[in-house]
Amino acid sequence: MAVTGNEVRVLIKSDEDILAARQEGRELGVRLGFGPSDLAVIATSISELARNLLLYAKNGSIICWPINKEPRKGIVIQAEDEGPGIPDVEAVLKDGYSTSGGLGLGLPGVRRMMDEFAIVSHPGRGTTVTAIKWKE
Amino acid sequence: MQVPILKQGPYLIASVQAALRDADLIALRNALTEQVGTYRSRGVIVDVTAMDVLDSFACRTLSEIASMIRLRGAQTVIVGIQPEVAFSMVQLGLKLEGVATVLDLEEGLKYMERRTKRMDHGRYGK
Repeated sequence: MAVTGNEVRVLIKSDEDILAARQEGRELGVRLGFGPSDLAVIATSISELARNLLLYAKNGSIICWPINKEPRKGIVIQAEDEGPGIPDVEAVLKDGYSTSGGLGLGLPGVRRMMDEFAIVSHPGRGTTVTAIKWKE
Repeated sequence: MQVPILKQGPYLIASVQAALRDADLIALRNALTEQVGTYRSRGVIVDVTAMDVLDSFACRTLSEIASMIRLRGAQTVIVGIQPEVAFSMVQLGLKLEGVATVLDLEEGLKYMERRTKRMDHGRYGK
Protein backbone atom coordinates (compact mmCIF):
# COMPACT_ATOMS: atom_id res chain seq x y z
CA MET A 1 0.00 0.00 0.00
CA ALA A 2 1.36 3.38 -0.97
CA VAL A 3 1.76 5.74 1.93
CA THR A 4 1.24 9.29 0.71
CA GLY A 5 2.27 11.14 3.87
CA ASN A 6 -0.23 12.62 6.33
CA GLU A 7 -0.04 9.56 8.56
CA VAL A 8 -1.65 9.98 11.95
CA ARG A 9 -0.60 7.74 14.80
CA VAL A 10 -2.14 7.65 18.28
CA LEU A 11 -0.82 5.56 21.11
CA ILE A 12 -3.69 3.87 22.96
CA LYS A 13 -3.06 3.50 26.68
CA SER A 14 -6.33 4.73 28.22
CA ASP A 15 -9.95 5.46 27.31
CA GLU A 16 -8.95 9.09 26.78
CA ASP A 17 -6.69 7.98 23.90
CA ILE A 18 -9.68 6.29 22.21
CA LEU A 19 -11.26 9.74 21.88
CA ALA A 20 -8.02 11.24 20.56
CA ALA A 21 -7.64 8.48 17.93
CA ARG A 22 -11.26 8.90 16.86
CA GLN A 23 -10.78 12.66 16.53
CA GLU A 24 -7.51 12.37 14.57
CA GLY A 25 -8.97 9.76 12.22
CA ARG A 26 -12.09 11.80 11.65
CA GLU A 27 -10.03 14.92 10.88
CA LEU A 28 -7.98 12.97 8.33
CA GLY A 29 -11.26 11.73 6.85
CA VAL A 30 -12.53 15.31 6.58
CA ARG A 31 -9.29 16.35 4.83
CA LEU A 32 -9.74 13.48 2.38
CA GLY A 33 -13.28 14.67 1.61
CA PHE A 34 -15.36 11.87 3.15
CA GLY A 35 -19.08 12.60 3.77
CA PRO A 36 -20.86 12.48 7.15
CA SER A 37 -21.91 8.79 6.97
CA ASP A 38 -18.41 7.62 6.07
CA LEU A 39 -16.90 9.85 8.76
CA ALA A 40 -19.18 8.27 11.36
CA VAL A 41 -18.21 4.82 10.11
CA ILE A 42 -14.49 5.73 10.23
CA ALA A 43 -14.76 7.17 13.76
CA THR A 44 -16.82 4.20 15.00
CA SER A 45 -14.38 1.68 13.50
CA ILE A 46 -11.44 3.43 15.16
CA SER A 47 -13.35 3.40 18.45
CA GLU A 48 -13.97 -0.35 18.29
CA LEU A 49 -10.41 -1.18 17.23
CA ALA A 50 -8.87 1.10 19.87
CA ARG A 51 -11.01 -0.41 22.62
CA ASN A 52 -9.91 -3.89 21.54
CA LEU A 53 -6.29 -2.76 21.93
CA LEU A 54 -6.98 -1.69 25.52
CA LEU A 55 -9.03 -4.77 26.37
CA TYR A 56 -6.83 -7.47 24.93
CA ALA A 57 -3.34 -6.05 24.50
CA LYS A 58 -3.38 -3.35 27.26
CA ASN A 59 -1.94 -0.88 24.73
CA GLY A 60 -1.15 -0.42 21.08
CA SER A 61 -1.37 2.09 18.26
CA ILE A 62 -4.01 3.34 15.87
CA ILE A 63 -2.47 4.50 12.62
CA CYS A 64 -4.45 6.11 9.79
CA TRP A 65 -3.19 7.19 6.40
CA PRO A 66 -4.56 8.09 2.99
CA ILE A 67 -4.44 5.48 0.25
CA ASN A 68 -4.40 6.32 -3.44
CA LYS A 69 -5.01 3.43 -5.82
CA GLU A 70 -6.17 5.09 -9.02
CA PRO A 71 -8.95 5.69 -9.65
CA ARG A 72 -9.89 5.10 -6.00
CA LYS A 73 -8.92 7.10 -2.99
CA GLY A 74 -9.51 6.08 0.58
CA ILE A 75 -8.36 5.87 4.16
CA VAL A 76 -6.51 3.03 5.84
CA ILE A 77 -7.09 2.38 9.53
CA GLN A 78 -4.66 0.11 11.27
CA ALA A 79 -4.64 -1.17 14.85
CA GLU A 80 -1.33 -2.59 15.92
CA ASP A 81 -0.36 -4.26 19.18
CA GLU A 82 2.23 -6.51 20.73
CA GLY A 83 -0.32 -8.32 22.84
CA PRO A 84 -1.06 -12.03 23.23
CA GLY A 85 -2.33 -12.42 19.66
CA ILE A 86 -5.52 -14.11 18.51
CA PRO A 87 -5.30 -17.91 18.42
CA ASP A 88 -8.47 -18.36 16.34
CA VAL A 89 -9.01 -15.45 13.95
CA GLU A 90 -12.09 -17.09 12.38
CA ALA A 91 -13.82 -17.20 15.78
CA VAL A 92 -13.34 -13.50 16.57
CA LEU A 93 -14.95 -12.60 13.24
CA LYS A 94 -18.21 -14.27 14.27
CA ASP A 95 -20.92 -11.98 15.67
CA GLY A 96 -21.38 -12.45 19.37
CA TYR A 97 -18.00 -14.05 20.05
CA SER A 98 -16.40 -12.37 23.05
CA THR A 99 -13.94 -13.33 25.73
CA SER A 100 -14.35 -10.02 27.57
CA GLY A 101 -18.07 -10.04 28.35
CA GLY A 102 -18.71 -7.45 25.64
CA LEU A 103 -21.22 -7.71 22.84
CA GLY A 104 -18.71 -9.38 20.53
CA LEU A 105 -19.63 -7.04 17.70
CA GLY A 106 -16.33 -5.17 17.50
CA LEU A 107 -14.31 -6.92 14.81
CA PRO A 108 -17.16 -8.37 12.73
CA GLY A 109 -18.84 -4.97 12.97
CA VAL A 110 -15.74 -3.16 11.73
CA ARG A 111 -15.48 -5.66 8.89
CA ARG A 112 -19.11 -4.91 7.94
CA MET A 113 -18.66 -1.14 8.17
CA MET A 114 -15.40 -0.90 6.21
CA ASP A 115 -14.78 -1.93 2.58
CA GLU A 116 -11.68 -4.03 3.15
CA PHE A 117 -10.52 -5.81 6.25
CA ALA A 118 -7.61 -8.03 7.23
CA ILE A 119 -6.20 -9.49 10.45
CA VAL A 120 -2.66 -10.75 10.85
CA SER A 121 -2.01 -12.27 14.25
CA HIS A 122 0.99 -14.05 15.67
CA PRO A 123 0.18 -15.70 19.03
CA GLY A 124 2.54 -14.31 21.64
CA ARG A 125 3.78 -11.51 19.39
CA GLY A 126 0.80 -9.36 18.54
CA THR A 127 -1.94 -8.51 16.13
CA THR A 128 -2.39 -6.07 13.27
CA VAL A 129 -5.88 -5.26 12.01
CA THR A 130 -6.05 -3.29 8.78
CA ALA A 131 -9.23 -1.83 7.30
CA ILE A 132 -9.86 0.43 4.32
CA LYS A 133 -12.74 2.74 3.51
CA TRP A 134 -12.87 3.84 -0.13
CA LYS A 135 -14.38 7.14 -1.10
CA GLU A 136 -17.76 6.75 -2.85
CA MET B 1 -16.04 15.54 30.79
CA GLN B 2 -18.93 15.35 33.22
CA VAL B 3 -22.43 15.36 31.74
CA PRO B 4 -24.73 18.01 33.25
CA ILE B 5 -28.00 16.58 34.59
CA LEU B 6 -30.87 19.06 34.71
CA LYS B 7 -33.98 18.59 36.80
CA GLN B 8 -37.05 19.56 34.79
CA GLY B 9 -40.20 18.95 36.84
CA PRO B 10 -40.58 15.20 37.34
CA TYR B 11 -37.87 14.41 34.79
CA LEU B 12 -34.09 14.39 34.65
CA ILE B 13 -32.46 15.56 31.44
CA ALA B 14 -28.87 14.48 30.80
CA SER B 15 -27.49 16.55 27.99
CA VAL B 16 -24.29 15.13 26.54
CA GLN B 17 -22.21 18.09 25.32
CA ALA B 18 -19.30 16.35 23.59
CA ALA B 19 -17.72 12.98 22.94
CA LEU B 20 -17.40 11.03 26.18
CA ARG B 21 -14.71 8.78 27.60
CA ASP B 22 -15.85 5.32 28.73
CA ALA B 23 -15.37 6.45 32.34
CA ASP B 24 -17.67 9.48 31.75
CA LEU B 25 -20.41 7.21 30.41
CA ILE B 26 -20.17 4.97 33.47
CA ALA B 27 -20.24 8.06 35.72
CA LEU B 28 -23.37 9.28 33.92
CA ARG B 29 -25.06 5.90 34.38
CA ASN B 30 -24.30 5.89 38.09
CA ALA B 31 -25.32 9.53 38.60
CA LEU B 32 -28.68 9.02 36.86
CA THR B 33 -29.46 5.86 38.80
CA GLU B 34 -28.69 7.72 42.03
CA GLN B 35 -30.46 11.00 41.23
CA VAL B 36 -33.67 9.37 40.01
CA GLY B 37 -34.12 8.44 43.67
CA THR B 38 -32.88 11.72 45.15
CA TYR B 39 -35.37 13.74 43.10
CA ARG B 40 -38.04 11.02 42.93
CA SER B 41 -37.99 11.50 39.15
CA ARG B 42 -40.50 9.76 36.90
CA GLY B 43 -38.33 9.73 33.83
CA VAL B 44 -34.86 10.25 32.41
CA ILE B 45 -34.14 11.82 29.04
CA VAL B 46 -30.64 11.30 27.65
CA ASP B 47 -29.84 13.73 24.85
CA VAL B 48 -27.07 12.38 22.61
CA THR B 49 -27.40 15.00 19.82
CA ALA B 50 -23.77 16.06 20.31
CA MET B 51 -22.36 12.51 20.15
CA ASP B 52 -20.65 11.77 16.82
CA VAL B 53 -20.09 8.11 17.68
CA LEU B 54 -22.23 5.57 19.49
CA ASP B 55 -20.02 2.51 19.54
CA SER B 56 -20.62 -0.86 21.21
CA PHE B 57 -19.50 0.41 24.62
CA ALA B 58 -21.71 3.52 24.48
CA CYS B 59 -24.71 1.45 23.37
CA ARG B 60 -24.14 -1.10 26.09
CA THR B 61 -23.98 1.68 28.68
CA LEU B 62 -27.16 3.32 27.34
CA SER B 63 -28.92 -0.07 27.59
CA GLU B 64 -27.65 -0.42 31.14
CA ILE B 65 -28.95 3.06 31.99
CA ALA B 66 -32.41 2.18 30.65
CA SER B 67 -32.48 -1.13 32.57
CA MET B 68 -31.24 0.36 35.82
CA ILE B 69 -33.64 3.31 35.62
CA ARG B 70 -36.51 0.91 34.93
CA LEU B 71 -35.58 -1.10 37.99
CA ARG B 72 -35.67 2.16 39.95
CA GLY B 73 -39.27 2.61 38.76
CA ALA B 74 -38.80 5.31 36.14
CA GLN B 75 -38.73 5.58 32.35
CA THR B 76 -35.81 6.33 30.04
CA VAL B 77 -35.79 7.74 26.54
CA ILE B 78 -32.75 8.44 24.34
CA VAL B 79 -33.13 11.48 22.09
CA GLY B 80 -31.12 13.03 19.28
CA ILE B 81 -29.35 10.09 17.59
CA GLN B 82 -27.98 11.71 14.41
CA PRO B 83 -28.66 10.09 11.00
CA GLU B 84 -25.01 9.18 10.32
CA VAL B 85 -24.66 7.79 13.84
CA ALA B 86 -27.78 5.65 13.29
CA PHE B 87 -26.24 4.45 10.01
CA SER B 88 -22.99 3.29 11.58
CA MET B 89 -24.81 1.75 14.56
CA VAL B 90 -26.91 -0.42 12.25
CA GLN B 91 -23.82 -1.43 10.25
CA LEU B 92 -22.03 -2.34 13.43
CA GLY B 93 -25.03 -4.43 14.51
CA LEU B 94 -26.17 -2.24 17.40
CA LYS B 95 -29.94 -1.93 17.55
CA LEU B 96 -30.34 -0.59 21.07
CA GLU B 97 -33.35 -2.91 21.39
CA GLY B 98 -35.58 -2.46 24.40
CA VAL B 99 -34.53 1.18 24.77
CA ALA B 100 -37.00 3.91 23.79
CA THR B 101 -35.64 6.42 21.28
CA VAL B 102 -37.32 9.51 19.83
CA LEU B 103 -36.20 12.25 17.46
CA ASP B 104 -35.28 15.11 19.75
CA LEU B 105 -35.73 16.69 23.17
CA GLU B 106 -39.18 18.08 22.31
CA GLU B 107 -40.42 14.60 21.34
CA GLY B 108 -38.67 13.22 24.40
CA LEU B 109 -40.67 15.44 26.74
CA LYS B 110 -43.92 14.50 24.98
CA TYR B 111 -42.99 10.83 25.21
CA MET B 112 -42.36 11.18 28.93
CA GLU B 113 -45.66 12.94 29.51
CA ARG B 114 -47.54 10.17 27.72
CA ARG B 115 -45.66 7.39 29.48
CA THR B 116 -45.84 8.79 32.99
CA LYS B 117 -49.50 9.78 32.62
CA ARG B 118 -50.33 6.22 31.68
CA MET B 119 -48.41 5.03 34.73
CA ASP B 120 -50.41 7.39 36.97
CA HIS B 121 -53.68 6.09 35.54
CA GLY B 122 -52.55 2.56 36.21
CA ARG B 123 -51.49 3.51 39.70
CA TYR B 124 -54.82 5.02 40.65
CA GLY B 125 -56.83 2.37 38.84
CA LYS B 126 -58.42 4.73 36.31
